[in-house]
Amino acid sequence: MSKNTELTYTKKDFSSDQEVKWCPGCGDYAILSAIQTALTQIGRKREEIVFVSGIGCSSRFPYYMNTYGYHTIHGRAPAVASGLKTANPSLSVWVITGDGDSLSIGGNHLIHAIRRNIDMNIVLFNNEIYGLTKGQYSPTTQQGQITKSTPYGSLDRPFSPAKLAFGASATFIARTLDTDSKHMQEVMLEAESHRGTSFIEIYQNCVIFNDGCHSSYVDKQSREDHSIVLTHGKPMIFGSEIKKGIILDHLTPKVVELGETYTEGDCLIHDKTNEMLASLLVAMDANKAMPKLYGVLYAVNDVIYNEQVAAQVAEVKAKKGPADFHKLLNSGDTWHIE
Amino acid sequence: MSTLTEVESVVVRFSGDSGDGMQLTGNQFSNTSAMMGNDIATFPDYPAEIRAPQGTIAGVSGFQIHFGSREIFTPGDATDMLVAFNPAALKVNLKDLKKGGTLLVNSDAFTDSKIAKAGFEVNPLESGELEGYQVIKVPMDSQTIEALKEIDLDTKSKKRCKNFYALGMTYFLYHRDMKTTLQWMEHKFSDHPQLLLANQSAMKAGAHFAETLEEVVSTYKVSSAKIDPGTYRQINGNTSTAWGFIRAAQAAKLPLFLGSYPITPASDILHELSKYKEFDVKTFQAEDEIAGICAAMGAGLAGSLAITTSSGPGIGLKGEAIGLAISYEMPLVIVNVQRGGPSTGLPTKTEQSDLFQAFYGRNGDAPLVIVAASRPNDCFHMAYEASRLALEHMTPVIMLTDGYIANGTEPWKIPDVDAHYADIKHKMLDPTTVDTENWSWISRDPKTHVRDWAIPGMPGLEHRIGGLEKDFTTGNVSYDPANHQKMSNIRQAKIEAVSENIPLQELEGESSGDLLIISWGGTYGAVEMAMRALQKEGKKVSLIHLRYINPMPKNVGEVIKNFKKVIVPELNMGQMVHLINAKFGCNAIGFNKVEGLPFKIAELHAAFTQALNEV
Ligand SMILES: Cc1ncc(C[n+]2csc(CCOP(=O)(O)OP(=O)(O)O)c2C)c(N)n1
Ligand code: SF4
Ligand SMILES: [Mg+2]
Repeated sequence: MSKNTELTYTKKDFSSDQEVKWCPGCGDYAILSAIQTALTQIGRKREEIVFVSGIGCSSRFPYYMNTYGYHTIHGRAPAVASGLKTANPSLSVWVITGDGDSLSIGGNHLIHAIRRNIDMNIVLFNNEIYGLTKGQYSPTTQQGQITKSTPYGSLDRPFSPAKLAFGASATFIARTLDTDSKHMQEVMLEAESHRGTSFIEIYQNCVIFNDGCHSSYVDKQSREDHSIVLTHGKPMIFGSEIKKGIILDHLTPKVVELGETYTEGDCLIHDKTNEMLASLLVAMDANKAMPKLYGVLYAVNDVIYNEQVAAQVAEVKAKKGPADFHKLLNSGDTWHIE
Repeated sequence: MSTLTEVESVVVRFSGDSGDGMQLTGNQFSNTSAMMGNDIATFPDYPAEIRAPQGTIAGVSGFQIHFGSREIFTPGDATDMLVAFNPAALKVNLKDLKKGGTLLVNSDAFTDSKIAKAGFEVNPLESGELEGYQVIKVPMDSQTIEALKEIDLDTKSKKRCKNFYALGMTYFLYHRDMKTTLQWMEHKFSDHPQLLLANQSAMKAGAHFAETLEEVVSTYKVSSAKIDPGTYRQINGNTSTAWGFIRAAQAAKLPLFLGSYPITPASDILHELSKYKEFDVKTFQAEDEIAGICAAMGAGLAGSLAITTSSGPGIGLKGEAIGLAISYEMPLVIVNVQRGGPSTGLPTKTEQSDLFQAFYGRNGDAPLVIVAASRPNDCFHMAYEASRLALEHMTPVIMLTDGYIANGTEPWKIPDVDAHYADIKHKMLDPTTVDTENWSWISRDPKTHVRDWAIPGMPGLEHRIGGLEKDFTTGNVSYDPANHQKMSNIRQAKIEAVSENIPLQELEGESSGDLLIISWGGTYGAVEMAMRALQKEGKKVSLIHLRYINPMPKNVGEVIKNFKKVIVPELNMGQMVHLINAKFGCNAIGFNKVEGLPFKIAELHAAFTQALNEV
């Protein structure tokens, strides 16, 4: 759909009349606010925007949006959204999901929605915990972590959401953080303008059950030393006082201090369209020695399922001519009884 | 001595290896019979494994045709003629051949190894165990090859024409006209002149050979039946279901969306619907059954007629989403083509054991509409009805069919769709006529309790729906105790109100008597035949065959009162009988069977007779 530049929404136009019921201090508030603000700039009419969610604290999101909204069942939002978008491709469709919702119970739907490259935005609120059910470990919880259901420490190996999306053939992978409203908005706008499935992971803080799980790389004081904001065409450098960069040592990205031995010119240049580079970037997530990456890690164009469906319908219509039910009823062998 | 006997109806079964072309052969026989004016019913019986080992019992594939000069309701209990292409086919089917029936066997296939593979100790063609049947032993392989010796084809391909050699013989024995099949071959083998010639020659040679046997075997004539005037075609249940949905979408002026995951015996509905994109049909083969129903629901929310199709195991997976559709109060049709259960059960066999699942297979008090098709061509009507009720009442509807009617084929008088299948009044709003300030998505009709249908894209009607309980007035999330009671009552009342929008139950037979049979779903044909036989014997027996299962037609309770005894035959361990007794307290007795097979008329006749004796 083309952008409608005459729309003049304010953030308030996207707020519903429902009282927001997340815990005070929950990262979800900031995400809600950033998305509402971003929607004022996407150039879509309010009635053309649909939010679909599963179950979880994060999945309460649609109730707070003054758009069309469907709070579905645990893990199944990508499937509902796939049908919705395929049936009506002119809508702007957003899936809101949690790490449990999308990676445990709904893992199958997530990877298949991404594989089909259905034109929608999937926003994963990653708090590395099951919030709504009060604090069990999730598929992104760190190994060894004590939670309600792992009193002796979690044994599960965690997923990297971005790496999973990449493995499922994602055409758009981005990461952002609940403590940076401006960055969240930028990512949302870029995701909405991407054609195909946009997969966005947001580091989100659950103050009650997993407070501070992301703090080193999201808190204002420390994040400059533990993360890089990727920009297409720019070198991967970071650090507040000591400047650091990422170089490629054989096939392994490595952090180096910039100065005598290495300069900015030695650092990797971000290219969001490069598949090989993307494979390195999504793999970095699991390496604690590496900084976290924000921004658009990967963005390429590929065929889009809902567009292909529409095109195939049009093609068959053109070939077969107007649908005629009488012709169908009388197709093949018929006989007449007087 | 040769005889020509005129008979009312005949049952023929073709049986052989799954590679022997039995389905094709059977289809030709039934098409020809239909075109000659007989009423017919057919049943294909495939092995569960795609390529079961050749010559084994597991690899036997069959096709049964019942044709007659009177109304035919079932493919028939026992066969008048069995065509067995190998020992395994003989082994599997001999028990169903009537004493004195005709047995045509391919004697070339009765080699020592194949005889052993089929589980015979000695060659049944020589052991005397076929005494009492009219046995026609024909070395079909060698005779077909000999008949085609002038044709430029390899021996293997010639041998593969033996099914048409056998078909030619059966056409002669039953005075069938070869014209239809010979014409069909011209079409089928239009790119293969050699194959066309070979198959046509094999068929003619078979017929000629049968003529030489006329001295020793009987031939039979079945006159055309008295059939309602009109144009007819053959149709199986799954195709009929698919077409019913296409028509319903047209009648409602909505696009059609199917979300589905392949499963026997429901997959053919997906295959069929995927062909008709020109009718604005979108089919979505999902990653599993849950995604199938969820994608359909997404399309339904966006304004399509939403369908999902599956069989018992898949319906189990859909349970939570069906509950959501009930909570959303949205239109959705869920088709369950039932098969033998529990679990993977008997995928290719028929059963009616998912009735309780349809009623109760969800958490919470979760009522919905349930309908069931009675025979292959009724699937069209019930698919249309399921869609109509879903759209007019904003509710999920479960449509039950079964493997037997899904695959069974029968003639269908092509309906006047413009007169009878043209008007579905869905609840979609015209946003320009809505007072958006005072509108809530949950506003409902005070009589039917049906809510409005607003879809994304409609300005001013933006709203949020979820599976959490909703406030009766605003539609917002509500945990209020009294409201939950009220909403539960409304969901129940809304389904009950559907009984005002379905026809009254038809009664076959006198309106009072000794025995009332209550049947439902795919058993109709056999039950009907058994009841007619009893009525002819002067018994006071009547039948109601239910197609609207929940809610039931309003007059069912009244009908029941006028009978001394009620019997409910079902292909399960007693589900409908339980519901009938719970609802009407009428001490109905069950007659139940779960062998993966349809009822035989004879066993129903016996059961009904016994029930009558106990009145
Ligand atoms: C079928 C089903 N199983 C389990 C639950 C319980 N449940 C609700 S939310 C949830 C986990 C949510 O975690 P996440 O997706 O990370 O969301 P968060 O609350 O952290 O935002 C679970 C297990 C449910 N609602 N439905
Ligand atoms: S439990 Fe955690 S995730 Fe849920 S609302 Fe509270 S802070 Fe947010
Ligand atoms: Mg979580």
